[in-house]
Amino acid sequence: MIWLTWRQFRAQTIAAAGLLAILAIAFAVTGPQLAHLYDTTVATCHAQHDCSIAVGTFQAEDSFLQDLVRLVMLAGPALIGMFWGAPLIARELEAGTQRLAWMQSVTRFRWLAVKLGLAGLASMAVAGLLSLMVTWWSGPFDRFGAGRLDPAIFSERGIVPIGYAAFAFALGVMAGLLIRHTVPAMAVTLAVFAAVQAAFELKIRFHLIPPVRVASALNMAWVTETGSGGPAGPGSLYIGIQPNLPGAWIGSSQVTTAAGSTSLGPVPSSCGPNATYSACTATIARMHLRQVIVYQPGSRFWALQWYETAIYLALALALAGFCVWWVRRRVS
Amino acid sequence: MIEFHLDAHSGVAPYLQLIHQVRQALRLDLLSEGDQLPTVKDVVGRLAINPNTVLKAYRELEYEGLVAARPGLGTFVTGTLGDSSPAAIAPLRRELQRWLAKARRTGLDDESIEALMLTTFRSATEGEENIA
Amino acid sequence: MTAVLKAQGLGRRYRRRWALSDCTLDIPAGQVVGLVGPNGAGKTTLLHLAAGLLQPTTGTIEVLGDRPPASPAQLARVGFVAQDSPTYSGLSVADHLRLGAHLNPGWDAAMASDRIERLGLDPRQRAGKMSGGQRAQLALTLALAKKPELLLLDEPVASLDPLARREFLQGLMEAVVDQGLTVVLSSHLVADLERVCDYLIVLVASRVQIAGEVEHLRATHHLLTGPRRDPARLPEDQHVISASHTDRQTTLTVRTEAPIHDPAWVVSPVGLEDLVLAYMSRTAADARRPELEVQR
Repeated sequence: MIWLTWRQFRAQTIAAAGLLAILAIAFAVTGPQLAHLYDTTVATCHAQHDCSIAVGTFQAEDSFLQDLVRLVMLAGPALIGMFWGAPLIARELEAGTQRLAWMQSVTRFRWLAVKLGLAGLASMAVAGLLSLMVTWWSGPFDRFGAGRLDPAIFSERGIVPIGYAAFAFALGVMAGLLIRHTVPAMAVTLAVFAAVQAAFELKIRFHLIPPVRVASALNMAWVTETGSGGPAGPGSLYIGIQPNLPGAWIGSSQVTTAAGSTSLGPVPSSCGPNATYSACTATIARMHLRQVIVYQPGSRFWALQWYETAIYLALALALAGFCVWWVRRRVS
Repeated sequence: MIEFHLDAHSGVAPYLQLIHQVRQALRLDLLSEGDQLPTVKDVVGRLAINPNTVLKAYRELEYEGLVAARPGLGTFVTGTLGDSSPAAIAPLRRELQRWLAKARRTGLDDESIEALMLTTFRSATEGEENIA
Repeated sequence: MTAVLKAQGLGRRYRRRWALSDCTLDIPAGQVVGLVGPNGAGKTTLLHLAAGLLQPTTGTIEVLGDRPPASPAQLARVGFVAQDSPTYSGLSVADHLRLGAHLNPGWDAAMASDRIERLGLDPRQRAGKMSGGQRAQLALTLALAKKPELLLLDEPVASLDPLARREFLQGLMEAVVDQGLTVVLSSHLVADLERVCDYLIVLVASRVQIAGEVEHLRATHHLLTGPRRDPARLPEDQHVISASHTDRQTTLTVRTEAPIHDPAWVVSPVGLEDLVLAYMSRTAADARRPELEVQR
């Protein structure tokens, strides 16, 4: 059964290995240079007071490879689900070859368990290796802004790609098993996987660990705009802030009164249409306002990674278990 | 060694056809005493018929004393069809010719004569089989 | 003789439709059994139930003494080739043999490669590039090389040209001699089965119409032609299978164990194909009343 699984999976494994090899070479060639460049330009930029230029120049390095990496990491798990998972059973059902396989002296349980196990592990291994290489190579780039907790970056680093690959694979197998045709199963896999990914990024991930909520006096350095149109209506004051917490993932930031209300009162005269910015900010500074910031600190990167990966792996296992049960009971 | 053939649409049971072909071969001296008949596997591999059919034919021939099965070696011809000496046939032929002339005189045409001969022959053979 | 396949009141339903109803069979070992009936009669369903690919909705089925698929050991004793001889189009002939060797404990590698060589198949050729006849022979080789006691074939020659058909049956009969197999093969054409079967099951509209040894069926079925008569007025022991009338003449196909004494009838034998057609043309009401199973 192991031989058969390998023989049926041979082409896909070789393709994946080829892709990994190409990326490994590209990374090996460019990676050390990037790290060196970072150390010489960006790390020292504060002393030379040209950080924005240094950072901008650095971030434009190897842009083709950056885009490629982003594409591979974004599409990778979905492609694994579509091209490794969906055809696993669907192709056999379409061709009727399951009637050949199941009449060999091997139970359906063993047939599916070995296929799921080996191909699933292969998916996870590919995703893991890929993520390892990408996380190492992208190290210098990830030190800006929200760093690794930035939703666009988080899902492409660390161990979550392993969870994604396992889940997408199991989802593909189940879709193929229920729909019995490869192409529709691929479409359904893509749609469901994308939906789950979106749900995690937009809603779920931020609350995996209860976020940190900090209330403190308004930091005037973080105020970015003032005007009218606040929460209480068209005539009320509005203050927008952009907190600068390096490495943190800001969920929400709000300005409140000393009592805690988000309604800041009417627009003061010094912030009216003809006022100057400095007069307005001076007035606001005297209002003793506070700021409430809800965020996930950068130090929680690995904790969030583990939680998310665990959930995805649990889902994958549940789907795989369903497939084994279904194949034994319901399919001819 | 002889080769069998099968007429699937003749209405005659396959095992009877095989028996008939062995007897024909004996009559025409294509088979002599000591010759081996094709193995069941060979016959079946050529004609694509059920092995039990061949076994039945060979058993029947063995019962008639014409062949004998030697375990592990095959089936061999042991007897001959010795009952058709020319001397016995001549009077039968003359009798048949007289009967044919008689049938023609009563006004029967060729087809009616043939039909009459065949049906009489068939029912007579079936009668013999039922008794046997 | 031990029964190789025993079914009792076997039935299988798909949503609303019964694909097989009230099927009771007792197939002895060592015979080549033909399963014949029109498309949709339930032949594939019966074979899938025997192979263990389907579970019964009602009734029981026992193959080689066990309910299929009981265990890998039982699976090893039953060979099955599904309709259209499925094979892995991306795998070569040699790969298929390796598949069989890995997945079957009783695999006879020498016999398998010997058979492939005798058939003239190229071991390196992919199954997807082979003709229908070649794929059927490959599928048969895979089923035979695991040395089963019972071989089930679902319409094995339906899509083959006459030469491929003949070669397939030749090879199958040789294997029966070599391995002492019991074979059940289905077809919607009696002509395919006539040469090779010594036991026949007629399946029409999900029910078994008649089952028995071919010799016995031939001996007990007769074509009666005579003056116009009402079939209901025949003696009890003569079962009318099909009847047709003109204004002066009646033609009946009857099944009876006893000889027919009525001199008004002209009695002729019924060929196997006509016998099956007679059962297939019964009215729906008659078809639900199965003929008593004909034993040896």
